[in-house]
Amino acid sequence: MNAPHDGLLSALVPLPVVLPLIGAGITIAVARRTHVQRVVTVTVLSAVLVVSGILLWAADTHGTQVVEVGGWAPPLGIVLVVDRLAALMLVVSSLVSLAVLLYSIGQGRSSFDDESDGEAPLPIFHPTMLVLSAGVSTTFISGDLFHIYVGFEMLLAASFVLLTLGGTPPRVRAGITYVIVSMLSSLVFLVAIALIYAATGTVNLAQLAGRLDELPDGTRLLLQIMLLLGFCIKAAVFPMSGWLPDSYPTAPAPVTAVFAGLLTKVGVYAIIRTQTLLFPDGRLTDVLLWASLLTMLVGILGAVAQDDIKRLLSFTLVSHIGYMTFGVALGSVAGFSSAVFYVAHHITIQTTLFLVAGLIERRGGSTSLKELGGLARSAPLLGVLFFIPAMNLAGIPPFSGFLGKVGLMEAGADAGTPLAYVLIAGSVVTSLLTLYAVSRVWGRAFWRVPPVPETTVTARVRTDALGAGVVAPTAALVVVGVAISVVAGPLFGITDRAASDLVARTPYIQSVYPGGAP
Amino acid sequence: MMVPNLVLCLLVGVLFASGVYLLLARSIVRALMGLLLLGNGANILFLVASGPAGRAPIVGASDVTDMSDPLPQAMVLTAIVISLGMTAFVLALAHRSWQLSHHDVMEDDPEDYRITIKAERNDMSDSDFSQAEPRSEPTDFEGDPGSTG
Repeated sequence: MNAPHDGLLSALVPLPVVLPLIGAGITIAVARRTHVQRVVTVTVLSAVLVVSGILLWAADTHGTQVVEVGGWAPPLGIVLVVDRLAALMLVVSSLVSLAVLLYSIGQGRSSFDDESDGEAPLPIFHPTMLVLSAGVSTTFISGDLFHIYVGFEMLLAASFVLLTLGGTPPRVRAGITYVIVSMLSSLVFLVAIALIYAATGTVNLAQLAGRLDELPDGTRLLLQIMLLLGFCIKAAVFPMSGWLPDSYPTAPAPVTAVFAGLLTKVGVYAIIRTQTLLFPDGRLTDVLLWASLLTMLVGILGAVAQDDIKRLLSFTLVSHIGYMTFGVALGSVAGFSSAVFYVAHHITIQTTLFLVAGLIERRGGSTSLKELGGLARSAPLLGVLFFIPAMNLAGIPPFSGFLGKVGLMEAGADAGTPLAYVLIAGSVVTSLLTLYAVSRVWGRAFWRVPPVPETTVTARVRTDALGAGVVAPTAALVVVGVAISVVAGPLFGITDRAASDLVARTPYIQSVYPGGAP
Repeated sequence: MMVPNLVLCLLVGVLFASGVYLLLARSIVRALMGLLLLGNGANILFLVASGPAGRAPIVGASDVTDMSDPLPQAMVLTAIVISLGMTAFVLALAHRSWQLSHHDVMEDDPEDYRITIKAERNDMSDSDFSQAEPRSEPTDFEGDPGSTG
């Protein structure tokens, strides 16, 4: 339909959803054959990664790729739209899912926790991971508000199963909180969709962009607040962030890693998409800026108070969501560009750190900072794997965390309002406190004399705790994290172009409706 | 201009109010009931959004202007199916929770609880800077060289 469309390229668009769903079906059918399951899952996720890479290249050079599902023309049919933002998210998310999956395979059947609580090799694990991946992809590529809701429900249903794997008491307790909060956020989203349909008569994003502009200000503000509320719960923005550190840490390490990397970022993605396309007037800028500031500060103060590495990382996760919403709230091209860059950086780094926390648990027998010690001497490789992403998270130059934060601060300085400068100060403080939080982990778990005698620790730990199967995927993600810093220039180029398209709005609308929205 | 049906709007309001009230309870089953009422409220909201009721939307069976809008109904059906699956999962979870604890109560996060107790006692023994003798936990190794961040 659109001039630069290549039929072959746009045929790839549905694959990031379709392939994992087919894979999920196959892995359920062969539930008893772990090896077949592994081969299928790895093949599918690798294929999705390749497809996403091609889509990113296509979206960047050939323009936005659009597919009308089933040949139904929008607004009646669903459109799938892959622009630069969606493609970049697809690449990062599929990369992270693949690494986490390899890690969980590397854990092996005889992993220490398996016997007690049925960890990774449960037959349900692989299909659920694939459904999660399909749900995440759906929300990224969909151009239809209700379809995005369905994508959310897919990934939530999968995440419920993953979070409560094995049904142990701590997981059931955490799972109930998580399930109820997630269902509530979906409900707010659903109500918002109903109200938007009542007001405009459509749920197609490209068509909504024009129709929402014609609504009275009050109505539009109400719809914007409803949508933001639903997405902010999912993204764990401050007043709605309490559920996250409560529920994530109890899950198995690979599950926590993939949740931390992807689920909150799906919320951030939805915020970016709706704020740019549907509500570009920036009326909630101040509210969002305050929410970002509080998210950063409250989150990081929580992290400083924690004694458990997984909980500490969950709080840094909440805190750094504030950086992304900061960029979104600014509403400028530079702000969105830095926010998108920060999302890509943070998905990789936060997942890596949770995988490393899993390694620390395997090697040190615990993730509690009270019990760990001396790992720098007993497991120097683990020290390297932790140190690099930890410094990256804290924003030490020359890592991508530093570059992303500088980009955000420059965008804030461009905005020049007093509140923006308060946010800049807040992000510097948060960055320093992040450094403090991770150096606490470093000082206690790695440097100090072990508080528990080594012999008791080694008795609890298997000899192959740091086998190649788990170390290699983690190391690969560490390398990817460093590589993001190396290719930061081209990556910022892509996010700049993505952000200017987002702010202009017309490229998205025209790719769906070449002749203008009806 | 669409005129919404007042009865449906009031029904949505009543369902939302009861749903929120139930959701605030600590009992898992009550919270689930609350979510179900909220979900039904949202579904009826879609019916309000679809405008006045009309004839069945089958091409040829009636005039297009008399038909009711089929799109919100399709969405409601999807939402109902989704909430069916979610309800089954929460019920299974509530059952498992009952098996484990014999209480239908959402429990506090143990770590939050521990920190709250410490904060109330003004107990700083977890802090990086406490040089005082550990008060509550003998396994604490403060003052150890290199223990501060």
